[in-house]
Amino acid sequence: MDSLSAHSEPKTKAEAANTSAQGSAEGSAPVWLAALLPAALTVGLSFALPTVAQGDTIRIAYDWVPSLGVSLSFLVDGLSLTFALLIAGIGTVILLYSGSYLAGHPRLGRFTFYLLSFMVSMLGLVLADNLITLFVFWELTTITSYLLIGFDHASAKARRSALQALLLTGAGGLALLAGLILLGLTAGSFELSAIIAQGDAVRAHELYLPILVLVLIGAFTKSAQVPFHFWLPNAMAAPTPVSAYLHSATMVKAGIYLLARMHPVLSGTDAWIWSLTLFGAVTAVWASILALRQTDLKLALAYTTVMALGTLTMFLGAEATVAVAAAVTFLIVHSLYKAALFLVIGNIDHATGTREVGQLRGLARFMPVTAIAAAAAALSMAGFPPFLGFIGKELKYEGALAIASEPLLVAGAAVLANALMVAVAGIVALRPFYGGEPATPRRPHEAPLRQWIGPAVLAALGLTFGIAPSLIADSLVQPAVSAILGRPETVKLALWHGVNLPLLLSLFTFALGLLIYAGHLRIRRRLAALGERLPLTGDTAWDRLLDGVKALAAIQTDLLQSGVLRRYLFTIFVSFALLVGASLVITGALRPPTAWPELMVKHWVVVALIVAGACMTTVAYSRLAAVCALGVVGVGVALLFVMFGAPDVAITQLLVETLVVVLVAVAMLRLPSLRPDSARPNRRRDATLAVAVGVVVSATLLAVTEAPFDRSITTYFEQTSVPEAFGRNIVNVILVDFRALDTFGEVAVVAVAAIAAFALIRGAARGGRP
Amino acid sequence: METVLAVLVGVLVAASVYLMLARNVLRFLFGLVLLSNAANLTIFAAGRLTEAAPPLVPEGLPGPPEMVANALPQALILTAIVIGFGLLAFALVLVYRGYQSLGTLESDAMRYAEPVADTQPAPATKPEGGAP
Amino acid sequence: MKSLILSAATRLLVALMLLFSVYMLLRGHNDPGGGFIGGLIAGIGFALYAMAHGTEAARRALRLDPGVIAMLGLGIALLAGLWSALVGDAPFTGQWWFIGAEEGDKGLPLSTVLLFDIGVYLVVVGAVLTLVLTLEEEV
Repeated sequence: MDSLSAHSEPKTKAEAANTSAQGSAEGSAPVWLAALLPAALTVGLSFALPTVAQGDTIRIAYDWVPSLGVSLSFLVDGLSLTFALLIAGIGTVILLYSGSYLAGHPRLGRFTFYLLSFMVSMLGLVLADNLITLFVFWELTTITSYLLIGFDHASAKARRSALQALLLTGAGGLALLAGLILLGLTAGSFELSAIIAQGDAVRAHELYLPILVLVLIGAFTKSAQVPFHFWLPNAMAAPTPVSAYLHSATMVKAGIYLLARMHPVLSGTDAWIWSLTLFGAVTAVWASILALRQTDLKLALAYTTVMALGTLTMFLGAEATVAVAAAVTFLIVHSLYKAALFLVIGNIDHATGTREVGQLRGLARFMPVTAIAAAAAALSMAGFPPFLGFIGKELKYEGALAIASEPLLVAGAAVLANALMVAVAGIVALRPFYGGEPATPRRPHEAPLRQWIGPAVLAALGLTFGIAPSLIADSLVQPAVSAILGRPETVKLALWHGVNLPLLLSLFTFALGLLIYAGHLRIRRRLAALGERLPLTGDTAWDRLLDGVKALAAIQTDLLQSGVLRRYLFTIFVSFALLVGASLVITGALRPPTAWPELMVKHWVVVALIVAGACMTTVAYSRLAAVCALGVVGVGVALLFVMFGAPDVAITQLLVETLVVVLVAVAMLRLPSLRPDSARPNRRRDATLAVAVGVVVSATLLAVTEAPFDRSITTYFEQTSVPEAFGRNIVNVILVDFRALDTFGEVAVVAVAAIAAFALIRGAARGGRP
Repeated sequence: METVLAVLVGVLVAASVYLMLARNVLRFLFGLVLLSNAANLTIFAAGRLTEAAPPLVPEGLPGPPEMVANALPQALILTAIVIGFGLLAFALVLVYRGYQSLGTLESDAMRYAEPVADTQPAPATKPEGGAP
Repeated sequence: MKSLILSAATRLLVALMLLFSVYMLLRGHNDPGGGFIGGLIAGIGFALYAMAHGTEAARRALRLDPGVIAMLGLGIALLAGLWSALVGDAPFTGQWWFIGAEEGDKGLPLSTVLLFDIGVYLVVVGAVLTLVLTLEEEV
C-alpha cells in the first residue's frame, strides 16, 4: 500500500499542476465563446415572439420510440417561450459572468460544460411536448444540477448538498414519472398538446387523484416547497453563478413550469386548489421568516427564492385570470431581480472575501456600478414603483382578492411575505453598500466589466419593463396566461391602476416592511434563539432518514449476506420450492397423471440404474465410488436417449461422460478424500428440503407434459431440412444451419471456459496467489 | 413414459440439492453434474418422448416419411451437454485451485474474502497445496 | 503412467480414433455425427495419447497449442457465418456449392455449413485438450 501511494502521489500532483496550468493558459476565452450559444438561442427564440403573441403555437416532432408512443416533440407556446427566453437570456449573462468569476480556475472548462448541459436540459424540459421527453429532460436537469452543486467536490459540504438535492429531486422525479405515465394512459396520448384538450376527461377519471398527488410530489420537491424546502438553501454550496442560474431563475422553476403546464389538465378541483394554495402559502411565509434569520447574504437570498416559489405555487392554485397573470408576471420579475442580486453578492464575495452582513457596509464608494445595479434589483424585489416588481406586486394583490375560495388567506400570506421581502431587500442589497467603513477581510474594489454588466442589464430590464410594461404584456404574459388557462385571455399590465385596495395593501406592505427592517436585528436574535430550540428541522430529519436507510441496509445485509455458501443455497432452494410450489397449487396446474404408461422391462432397468446411481452419489464416502456412481447416472441417461430416438445426443452424452470421469479422476489425485458429512445435525433438514425441491420439480414437469403440445417448430424443421438445408440429419441441421448463431455462441462459451480454466491453473503456476 | 421421466428428474434434482447443500465443495460439484443431467432430461421430456426412429430423413425423400423423434429438444440438449461439460470442467479447476490456495474443501472455511472469526471454525492451517 | 502395452496400443487406437472423428464430422449432416461428436472423439483420442505417452508428447503431436486450435475454430465458425453476410444474405445463412453437379447426381456438396461444423469441431478439440492437458500437467 505504502509503495503504491508513494508512486501515485507525485503523479497526481503533476497532473494537478498540469491541468491548472492548462486552465490558466486557456483563460476565459472558451467561456466567452460559450456565451455565444445561449445568446444565439435567445435571438432565435425571440423570432417566435410574433407568432406566439398572435396566440399561435409552433410544434416540431420526430419519432423516437414510436411503439411506446414516445416522440421527440417540442412545442413553443406562450408558456414555454417565456421560460425558454428566461433560460437562454439569463444563461447568456451567467456564462459571461462565470468566465470572469472563475477565471483561472483549473476546472473552468468542465464548469462551462456542465452549465451548458444544464441549460440545454432545461430548454428541452420547457419546450418538450411529449410527457416522456419532458421527463427525460427533467431528470437531466437533476443530474446536471447535481454536478454543478457538487462542483467543489473537495468540500464535504458541497458533496452532501449535491447528494441531498439529487436524492430528493430524484425521488420526486420517480413519483413524477409514475404520475406522467398514469396521465398518458388516462388521456390516451403522451403528447401534451393532445392531453391539454382532455382536461375534463382526466379530472373525471378515477385515477385523477393519484395522478395529481404524484405530479405534485415531483413539482414540490423540484421547486422546494415546504416540507422539501431544505435542499435549496443547502445547494448554495455551489459557486455563485450556479446559484444565480439554477436556484433562482431556472431549475427550481421547473416545478412551477410543470404546475403551469398541467394547469389546464389538472386544475380546478378542490384537491388542486387546496394543495397548491396551502403548500404555497405556508412555504412563502415560512421561507420569508427564515430569510430574515440569515446573516449570510447568499443564504438569505436563497430563502427568498423559496418564498418566491411558494408565492408562485399559491397563485397557480387559482383559476382567476388575474391571479395567473400575477404568477406569470412575478415569475419574470423574480427571475430578473434574483439573478441580478445573486450576481451582485458574487461580486461582493469576490471583492471582499466575505458574505457576512455584519462585516459589510459602505461598499458603494468602492463598487459604485454594482451598488447601482443592486439598488435597482432590490427596489424591484421590494416592489417599489416604477419597477416591474411593483406591477407584479399589485397584480398579486389584485389576484389574491379575485380568488374565489380563500381570498383572505392568500392575500394575507402575500402581504406578509412581501413585507418580509421589503425588509430582506433592504438587508441584502442596500445595507452592505451604505454606512461606515467596511470591516472586510480584503479591501473592496469594483468588479470587472463582465461581472457587473450582467446584473446591470438584468436590473435595467426590471426598470424598463416597469416603465413600459406593454413590452412584455402582449408578447409574453398574455400568451403565457392563455397557455396556462387553456383558453385565450387578454391581459393588460399597467404601472398605475388608480387608488384601489391593492394600492392600499401596497402602502401597508411598505410600512410593515420598513418596520421589520428597522427591527430586524432584534427579530433575528429572537428567531435564532427560537431556532436553537426547534426539535426537528427538515435538514436534520433528512440526516435521520439517511441514517435510518443505512442502518436498515446494514441489518438486511447482515441478515442475508452471511458469506456461507450453504446458507445462500438453502435460501434459494427454499424460495424456489415455496414459490413454484405455491404457484402450482394456486393456478391449479397440479393434476394427478392421467395414466401410468406401459413400460417395458428395459425401461425399468434403466430408470432403476439412474436412481441407484444418484442415490449412491449422495451417500458415497469414497471419491472413486462417487465418480463411478456419477458415471452410472450418465450412462443411464445416455441409454434413455438411445431408446427414445436420439442417437446424436446419446453419443455426445457418452463421450462427455468419459471426459468427465477422466478430468475428475485426474483432479482427484491431488484432492483430499471425502469425509462423512452426515454427522452434522442439519443434514436431516437438508434432506427434507432436497425431497421438497424434487417433488416440486416433478410436479412442474408433470404439469408441463400433461399440457397440450405444439410441435409446429419441429414440423417446420422436418419439412425444410432436406429441401432448403440439404441435410438429412435434422438435429445436426438445426445445430449448424437453422440455429447456427446460437451454436456459435455456445462453442464460444466452451472456448472461454477452457481458457479461463487454463488461466486459473497457469496463473497459479507463475506464482500468483489470490 | 413422460410421467416416469418426471419422477426420475425429481429424484435426480433431490439428490443434487442434497449434495449441493453439503459442506464439501467436491460434493457440490457432484450435485452440479446430477443437476445438468436432470436439466437435460427435463428438456427431453418437455419435447415429448416417442419411441420412434431418430430424426433422420431417408435418402431421396423430402422429409421423414412417418413420425420421428422430436429433433428440436435434441439439438438443445446436445449443446447443453457440451456447455455443461465446460461448466463442470471450469468448476473443477476452480475447486482445485481453491484447495491449493486455501488448503480446504470445506465451503464454510473458505473465508478469504470475508474473514469471520467468530461464527465458523476458521481455517487456521497454512495452505498446503501450492507451497512447494 | 507409462506402460508398454498401453503406449503400444494407443498408437494404433489414437490414429483410428482421429480417423473416425473426421468421419463422424463429415457424415454429420446426413447421419448421426457432426462437429460436437467428432471433436469430442478427437479430444478423447489425444487425451488417451497424453496418458500413455505424457503430455509433452501429446503437445508435440498436436503441433499447435490447444488454445490456438480453439481460437482458430472459433474464427472459422465466425467466418462461415459472416460469409453469407458478405454475399448479401442474413448472417449464418448456409451457402452451398455443388461441385460437378449433373442431372441425377448432385456432385460434391460443399457449404459454409460444413465449414461451420469444422469450426465447431476445432473449438471442441481445442477446449477439451486445453482442459485435459493443463490439468494433467498440473497434477
